[in-house]
Amino acid sequence: MKRKYIALTLLITLLVAVSGFSAGTKEEAVKEVYFLNFKPEIASVYETKVAPAFEAETGIKLKVVTAASGTYAATLKSELAKSSPPTIFQTNGPVGLAGSLNYVSDLKNTQFYKILSDKSMALTSGDQVLAIPYAVEGYGLIYNDAIMRAYFALPNKKVSIKSAEEITSFALLKAVVEDMTRNKDRLGIKGVFASTSMAPGNDWRWQTHLVNVPLAYEFRDKGIATGTKTDNFEFKYANEMKQLWDLYLDNSTTARGLLGSKSVDDAMAEFALGQAAIVQNGNWGAAQILGVQGNKVADKDIKFMPIYIGVKGEEHDGLNVGTENYLCINSQVSAEKQALADQFLTWLFSSDTGKAIVKNDLMFITPFNTFKDHELPTDPLAKEVIRWMNKDGVSSMPWAFSVIPSGQWKTDFGADLGQYINGKMSWSDVAKRAVASWKTEYDLTK
Amino acid sequence: MDKTLRRWAPLFVLPALICFIIAFLVPMIMGLVLSFFKFSTVTDGVFVGWSNYKRIFTDMDFVTSLWMNVRFTVVTVISINILAFFLALLLTQGVKGTNVYRTIFFMPNLIGGIVLGWIWLLIINGILLPKNATIITDAKYGFWGLVALANWQNIGYMMVIYIAGIQTINRDLIEAAQIDGANSWIRLKSVILPSVMPAITICTFLTLTSGFKIFDQNLALTAGNPARQTEMLALNIYNTFYTRTNFEGVGQAKAVLFTILVAIIALTQLAATRQKEVEA
Repeated sequence: MKRKYIALTLLITLLVAVSGFSAGTKEEAVKEVYFLNFKPEIASVYETKVAPAFEAETGIKLKVVTAASGTYAATLKSELAKSSPPTIFQTNGPVGLAGSLNYVSDLKNTQFYKILSDKSMALTSGDQVLAIPYAVEGYGLIYNDAIMRAYFALPNKKVSIKSAEEITSFALLKAVVEDMTRNKDRLGIKGVFASTSMAPGNDWRWQTHLVNVPLAYEFRDKGIATGTKTDNFEFKYANEMKQLWDLYLDNSTTARGLLGSKSVDDAMAEFALGQAAIVQNGNWGAAQILGVQGNKVADKDIKFMPIYIGVKGEEHDGLNVGTENYLCINSQVSAEKQALADQFLTWLFSSDTGKAIVKNDLMFITPFNTFKDHELPTDPLAKEVIRWMNKDGVSSMPWAFSVIPSGQWKTDFGADLGQYINGKMSWSDVAKRAVASWKTEYDLTK
Repeated sequence: MDKTLRRWAPLFVLPALICFIIAFLVPMIMGLVLSFFKFSTVTDGVFVGWSNYKRIFTDMDFVTSLWMNVRFTVVTVISINILAFFLALLLTQGVKGTNVYRTIFFMPNLIGGIVLGWIWLLIINGILLPKNATIITDAKYGFWGLVALANWQNIGYMMVIYIAGIQTINRDLIEAAQIDGANSWIRLKSVILPSVMPAITICTFLTLTSGFKIFDQNLALTAGNPARQTEMLALNIYNTFYTRTNFEGVGQAKAVLFTILVAIIALTQLAATRQKEVEA
């Protein structure tokens, strides 16, 4: 008899537990926007500044989940399959968008789309607007002007120019860099360029950003408009890219063989600590320079110059400016939730509170008409990007890499660049494989 | 008593059964079904028949990672078992401090694969520093690094199983052999080894399957670099599924093939070593 009671108690406990689970999933209909954030470096801004401010002003909750670095695609895939999926998520361009076509809604009639200044920047399909950019970014060679001034003040310098501002071609860059390497002890640096980071997951500065320069020139020669998918790629400027790649490797803080252990963070830290004079990166790296403990670079000395690879007329080309940050609204959530998402995004990029956070904490250069000139971000790199965008006689290089046929192409190209560094592959093989892989990947993902 | 037990047994099995169904059976069946679909999220796909299986072989990376995995497994199964067995022999001789050593050898097993991967990454990169190289400079560094890691992690665990096996051997048997004039080599070959055959079966099974299933160590130590030359099957499947747009179904198909492959190998091995077991 007693045993029966025990069994009965267990049964009841079990039932209660099971019903407890099911009750737990039936949430009260709280007004909530679920935003799956792409940028881990600013995750805390969303959590501690954006969400409380938005809730205080509108009473709507903002749930922010951030994917760990390099895992956004994986996180998005599993979050979308859940019963309460994200309402707002990020995509990196046409190629990323192709992977989530079933989950993007038409944004044509949203308030968020109305505030976009240049409507051609949005990703579209037919007459549908599927993704809207929220931050414009620029990258190039970030240099420490204090070290540059020290170099140009050397009595034994071998170049005739007098400041880094005057470097407008690969030939000049090479002359300066190689002469700086000869004088590196007097300049107090370990190398001119910060480490060419090749640790797993840290090669995107090369397999995406550096290769953009030859890509953009080739597409420009062929008259292929930015953002148009193409299988017409022959790596016309492979040798020009090699020149700069070798310059990076030969004048680096780190020996070739050890680059496999270096991360982007390492490279940025070397720059911040004054061990290197130049690092290739974009304005998103500002926080990584300013935030390094023992940072020795003054704000006013952080400058940008374009990436020169030795193409004729390159003195008229500026920084690589574009965007890889687009937002989509999930089409599989209720219309009410979609409307809340629109309300949130419009609030963030047009209300005074929202704009202040965007300017001071998120540090985005936004493409929205709600921002006045004095509301642009003030960190040194963002200011430099804006300066270069408006510079006379110079036009920005587009982000041609958005049409690289697949992530696999980048992975393979990055791996081959690594093989080249370690002397296991010749440059002509690297170039040949890049062309062949472009064709294969283009066909596979058509 | 028996009757009551039988009557109530299903109730007590229920919680475990529910867990098993949710965490194992359902995902497994879903995985099998999904391998015939083109999908981007697991709840929504289009039936495409065998096409995912055909696409596995559009490039050779699955085959190369299989070959890498086979080499790795062969080397680790042999090295782990031999080293673990001799450690077990050593630590059943009544040496002073045996328990301390046993604990120390077992400890690496308690650390997770990712952490172990990072630790060994530091160690190996440190060793290679004078050569101006890192673990991803050359595929052979990565391969032997992974072997070292697997050994370090698994030897302690296998050692414990071998110790248990050796301790069950009847002392009289060894003494009798000694009196008959068997030297220590003969004693090892003809008495100890046949008696620990059940332990050998289970240890080979464990090391063989863990050799094929290795993932987190692979991810943390080399992430498949250089140029995917140290990418093993599980990591290859993960990369196919998560990093290639429109390849989710292919990754799933690879996973199904992988399951079948490992099951066949493990069952064959079990049958083969079982035959050698003796009753002592």
